[in-house]
Amino acid sequence: MLQGIDLEVYPGEILALLGPSGCGKTTLLRVIAGLEGPDAGRVLLAGREITLLPPERRGIGFVFQDYALFPHLTALGNVAFGLKGEDRWERARRALERVGMTLFQDRKPGELSGGQQQRVALARALAPGPRLVLLDEPFSSLDAGLRAATREEVRKVLKEAGTTALLVTHDQEEALSFADRLGVMRGGRLLQVGTPEEVYLRPKTPFVAQFLGRTNLLPGEGKGRWAETCLGPVPLAEPAFGPLLLSLRPEALKLHPPGEGPQGEVVAREFKGHDLTYRVRLLSAPEREVLVQESPAAPYRAGDRVGLTVVGEGVALEGPTPRAPVGTD
Amino acid sequence: MTLRLPHLPGLLPFLLPALLTGGGVALPLLYLVLRALEAEPQALREILLRPKNLELLGNTLALLLGVLLLTTFLAFPLAFLTTRTDLKGKRLLATLLALPLALPGYVGAYVLLAATGPGGVLPWPRLEGYGGALLVLSLLTYPYLFLPLRAAFLGLDPSLEEAARTLGLSPLRAFLRATLPQLLPALLSGYLVVGLHVLGDFGTVSLLRYETFSYAIYLQYSAAFDRVYAAWLALFLLLLTGGLLLVEGLLLRRLSLARTGKGSGRRARPVRLGRLAPWAYLLVLLPVLLALVLPLYALFHLASRFPRENLQGLLEALLHSALAAGPAAALAVGMALPIAYLAVRYPSFPARLLERLAYLGYAVPPLAFALAWVFFSLKGLPFLYGRLPLLLLVLAFHFLAESLGPIRGALHQVPRRLEEAARTLGETPTGAFLRVTLPLLWRGAAAGGALAFIGAVKELPLTLLLAPMGYSTLATRVFSYTQEAMFAEAAPFALLLALLSAAFVGVLLWSERRF
Repeated sequence: MLQGIDLEVYPGEILALLGPSGCGKTTLLRVIAGLEGPDAGRVLLAGREITLLPPERRGIGFVFQDYALFPHLTALGNVAFGLKGEDRWERARRALERVGMTLFQDRKPGELSGGQQQRVALARALAPGPRLVLLDEPFSSLDAGLRAATREEVRKVLKEAGTTALLVTHDQEEALSFADRLGVMRGGRLLQVGTPEEVYLRPKTPFVAQFLGRTNLLPGEGKGRWAETCLGPVPLAEPAFGPLLLSLRPEALKLHPPGEGPQGEVVAREFKGHDLTYRVRLLSAPEREVLVQESPAAPYRAGDRVGLTVVGEGVALEGPTPRAPVGTD
Repeated sequence: MTLRLPHLPGLLPFLLPALLTGGGVALPLLYLVLRALEAEPQALREILLRPKNLELLGNTLALLLGVLLLTTFLAFPLAFLTTRTDLKGKRLLATLLALPLALPGYVGAYVLLAATGPGGVLPWPRLEGYGGALLVLSLLTYPYLFLPLRAAFLGLDPSLEEAARTLGLSPLRAFLRATLPQLLPALLSGYLVVGLHVLGDFGTVSLLRYETFSYAIYLQYSAAFDRVYAAWLALFLLLLTGGLLLVEGLLLRRLSLARTGKGSGRRARPVRLGRLAPWAYLLVLLPVLLALVLPLYALFHLASRFPRENLQGLLEALLHSALAAGPAAALAVGMALPIAYLAVRYPSFPARLLERLAYLGYAVPPLAFALAWVFFSLKGLPFLYGRLPLLLLVLAFHFLAESLGPIRGALHQVPRRLEEAARTLGETPTGAFLRVTLPLLWRGAAAGGALAFIGAVKELPLTLLLAPMGYSTLATRVFSYTQEAMFAEAAPFALLLALLSAAFVGVLLWSERRF
């Protein structure tokens, strides 16, 4: 179920659609590819309406989540499938070369590893020279170790080919690192579109703020360039007035020995190697807990009294103010 | 994805043949109704009120119930013994027990007539009429009940029966109250197939002279030449078949609530037979002996008396059988492909309807179907009547449902994503089907073709009514020789048929690993 999606992808860019499973992102891809028909709305490619064109006449490449390689054809046969003309084998070979798979051209999909299948699928989608290539959770079937490396490679191949790409994923790290721009979807709606930095640093809704990494949601009173909250005054990224809900990232808070300013008690400590996240209960408002990101060397343990300092900016969110929001993951 | 208007242009290559096929099944049957209604009101009343009708109905129902009862008594213990006990060689025994379904009913009737009575190989009195038909049909159709029951026993979750025991039930009551309800769906589907065979049977009842609807239709058609009455009898038979399908559907619907999930991975502990084992072997081997060993022995014996100079005729009949069944099987696969494709990929009302029609062509008693096609082709396609292409076409319409099963199964193994991938690479739906689906489907198509082929080789009434003059196949030779009590002449034809289909079914059963 998709509602009121208005999305524009610019030539040559990589746009990632991010959302929890079931939010409609795959359906959106299938509508764009022509594999499913919309009840209303239009799909345009380079200014031309293609809403009613069958998929084979759209010139849009598709990389399926499970790759959907043809099991009866070799890697080369798969890549040549969408090509026509005398030189199709030559062109298929070049497409395989681009993804570094020439060595495996005579293997059947069943004899290739997940990462290799992924590259053949990409070569197959890119070989006919589509103006747009759609990728449906392209890295989700790869194991974690392979994922980062493959991601970088695919990005390189896409950029070299100069193809516009639209990818959907539920993995926020993937979207942030892979895309030029990203859009966050929820319940069939597109909530926010922008560069990864914009969306991460200036989320517009509580959902976007929480979906892209952890954040503290704090109610407050806007006073222009800053807001009054239970942590004291917090600088705002954009001026705002009146009651509001703030998103304050854990890295915008720092701990120090108890002294001036708001104080709290460490409830939990989550050591992750490269950083350290504390969960701190505020003394002034015992029902409220906040997340604080510290350097791995921070000395505090559960039960310690600490003081809190705001070192970053908060972002005022849109929408109604929830009554008792707490810091969440 | 459902069948929606925007899909239609791309799907026409599938929809058109599927519609033609559906029409090929439905139109002749509709025409049969029209033809039957053509009778004058006076004649119509006379036809409908004939006391003969009730007698035929009684005979047909008596045979139906008798066969269902006897097959139950055979199939139930056999299925239990070959799954849940410690008998040795259960798989081999099960294959042997399934083989009798390869024998066509008219070959069974032929063996019964030729081997018994005065001068027969077996010194037993000759059984004709009800007793003979009951024996032959039961011995040849019990596998249709035995196979699903066996599969159900194998898939059964033994913990249900164990739960019933821990709740204080005796083994017998636990079986009746916990196990039996789980077997009912298999039992019902088996009953349906057996019932359709009994209603559709023509060869057995006519050779053994037991007057059911089928036999009466043939008599009217061939001897009395009262075609309107024949049409009416065919309609009665169709109604009876429809009633059977309806009852089965209603019962299954009520049952589907009671049906449980797939059985657990655990197998039930086999029942120790102990001192009962010899009796169990005897029971298991009895049908094999009666339906397989004795007929083959009698056939070999009779065939040895076959006059050598008739060898030419044997080869000709074999060739005719192959020339009719081969193209018909290819045609059936060609018809089944688009129907299966639409049904699996675009499940929607029209697709389901077309598939149902295909099954209807199989469920309709072949004699009634043949008669409908005789009337229909005389009226609508007179240039085809009495020619080989008509026989091929009607055989294909009838056996198409046999190909549908394996093709459907294979189609489910080909993910839709593969076709979608082909579409995004620039292929039309037809192109995607030809370049991706078909290459992955050929095993299923070959199995479906094989099933249709062997069905068409064994087929009697369609060939009898629709083959060109003088075009005699193995099946029609067995039938006509037996009718004239020329048992020795019929023997090699019957033997060839029996061996051919037994080999086919054996290979099929083993390759499917149904056991």
